[in-house]
Amino acid sequence: MNILGLYNYWIVVVLMMIGFYVVIAHENLIKKLVGLSIFQTSVFFFYISMGKISGATAPILDDKYQLYSNPLPHVLILTAIVVGIATTAMGLALVVRIQEAYGSIEEHEIQAQDTQDQMESQLEAYGFRKKHLLSIKNLDE
Amino acid sequence: MIEHLPILQVLVPLLGAPLCIIVRNPRMVGLFALSISTITFLVSCSLLQQVLQNGTIVYELGGWAAPWGIEYRIDYLNSYLLLLVSAMSAIVLVASQSSISRELPRNRHMLFYTAYLLCLTGLLGILCTGDAFNVFVFLEISSLSSYTLIALGNDRRALTAAYQYLIMGTIGATFIIIGVGLMYMMTGTLNMYDLAQRLPEVHNSKTVLSAIGFFIVGVCLKLALFPLHLWLPNAYAFAPSIATAFLAATSTKVAVYVLIRFIFSVVGPVFVDTVLPLQEIFVVLGVSGIFATSISAIYQLNIKRLFAYSSVAQIGYMILALAIGTPLGLTATLIHLFNHALIKAALFLAIGGVVYRVGSAQLSHFAGLGRQMPWTMAAIVAGGLSLIGVPLTVGFVSKWYLVLALLEKGWWPLTILVLISSLLALIYVWRIVEWVYFSSPRIVLDEVKDPPLSQLVPIYILVIANFYFGIDTSLTVGISKKAAEMLFGGVF
Repeated sequence: MNILGLYNYWIVVVLMMIGFYVVIAHENLIKKLVGLSIFQTSVFFFYISMGKISGATAPILDDKYQLYSNPLPHVLILTAIVVGIATTAMGLALVVRIQEAYGSIEEHEIQAQDTQDQMESQLEAYGFRKKHLLSIKNLDE
Repeated sequence: MIEHLPILQVLVPLLGAPLCIIVRNPRMVGLFALSISTITFLVSCSLLQQVLQNGTIVYELGGWAAPWGIEYRIDYLNSYLLLLVSAMSAIVLVASQSSISRELPRNRHMLFYTAYLLCLTGLLGILCTGDAFNVFVFLEISSLSSYTLIALGNDRRALTAAYQYLIMGTIGATFIIIGVGLMYMMTGTLNMYDLAQRLPEVHNSKTVLSAIGFFIVGVCLKLALFPLHLWLPNAYAFAPSIATAFLAATSTKVAVYVLIRFIFSVVGPVFVDTVLPLQEIFVVLGVSGIFATSISAIYQLNIKRLFAYSSVAQIGYMILALAIGTPLGLTATLIHLFNHALIKAALFLAIGGVVYRVGSAQLSHFAGLGRQMPWTMAAIVAGGLSLIGVPLTVGFVSKWYLVLALLEKGWWPLTILVLISSLLALIYVWRIVEWVYFSSPRIVLDEVKDPPLSQLVPIYILVIANFYFGIDTSLTVGISKKAAEMLFGGVF
């Protein structure tokens, strides 16, 4: 197997893993989105290098050229880039709203606030039970 | 006109979505979205009728022949699901107007409907298309719009839920395009029908194996199979009630469809069974998912979250039935797809009715509502019974076919586990019944009564459907059987 000749695929794999690692390991919501973008970009590279045939040209019928490479993967990636941009924009918009609502974009701080909300609603549920018991007592009196 | 129905199915909601922004007026826009959705429902009815009469419909987009152009293929399997998705969407939209008037500010109504119709477009597109890359594009249309729908929720946790879903959903979708890319690399085609013919020649290559691996993991993220379900409970719990009802009834079902289509029509069941240990993986994940999430559901305090966990458990049943790998097992999956959509749409719409009056989906706020909202609570109990699988409900039909398929295969221990798991459903439904009927009301206000008719009518259409399809199973079982036979026959 020609390891150096496949260098573009190695770049794809390395980028993909960097991106995936950043998404999983980082706490900061913006950094996660950056990781996600790198992850998606690696797939764009993958499609583009897959569609390339060495020495081939675009499919323009001419006597001078014998070898053509199929432009379809590149066209697909134009679509995928648009989707990627939309996803990143959507993610960033959500991060702005999260910052407004929680005052933080660090995952553990947000989770701490959520846990507190959860605890409060739990207490409310049990508090209700107490009140419920109290009201029966009141009735008895 | 009639031969263009497959594309109209997708085009009508796609064009309707931006028009919602032009309509603007909060009252009009609801009616407009409802009429668009009704048109798509009628289109899907007529498609199903055509498929039942003449068999598979092949539609070439823009007149380009198949391997070059994109092709839409409508057969038993997807016409059945098209009917389900468009019907659910139309019914849910009937209830939407009054429900979102409480949950969303007026200036966001048109955006809600735009996102809703786009999500519908994406889901219908996934079902129609016969092109592997097109599946990805429509998947992203539906996903992006469902992130928007979820983020519109009132609670700030809706935002984090949408963010989490965005991260996991995008990873899933990216895995899917990696899989499609690897398959394209080996076969030079994106058309599913072509792929099915060319993949067997290259079955031995590691590239195809990794393609299948990536694709299946990506789809399983989207359909929330047990260990990959983490995005789902919060997303369902904090989205606006209407969005929850719509997504719970349709979006995971469509992802299950993608998995079925991929396994049976693209790579072929024989290959999946012999080369990959997929059957074992699905059985283990399905059963552990059923138990883990049903037990989580028992401990939930938010009733939307409770039913969200139960949704993940129901997906476990579908995957378990799929893993059996017999036509009867696949029939059970397809029946449960339909039935579970009916159950969850009814339940989440009824909960939406409670949120409309009480303003919360906390279990403790349901105390004593049995007397104040008798019709809504009766609907929740009916849905709950169906979820457990009581005879005469659709849930029973699903469980019956699942158990039949398991017995036919001779998997005794799993049959017993499935029956035990129904008891877990009994426990979480009973918890609700206990709060609703056996504790005294917490909010003693006159205004707490059943929601307006515009919500009660769709709830009861679904509840009646729950019983109707539990008694007369000719539509669901009939088409599911035909679809299963077709998929096992290898005819696409």
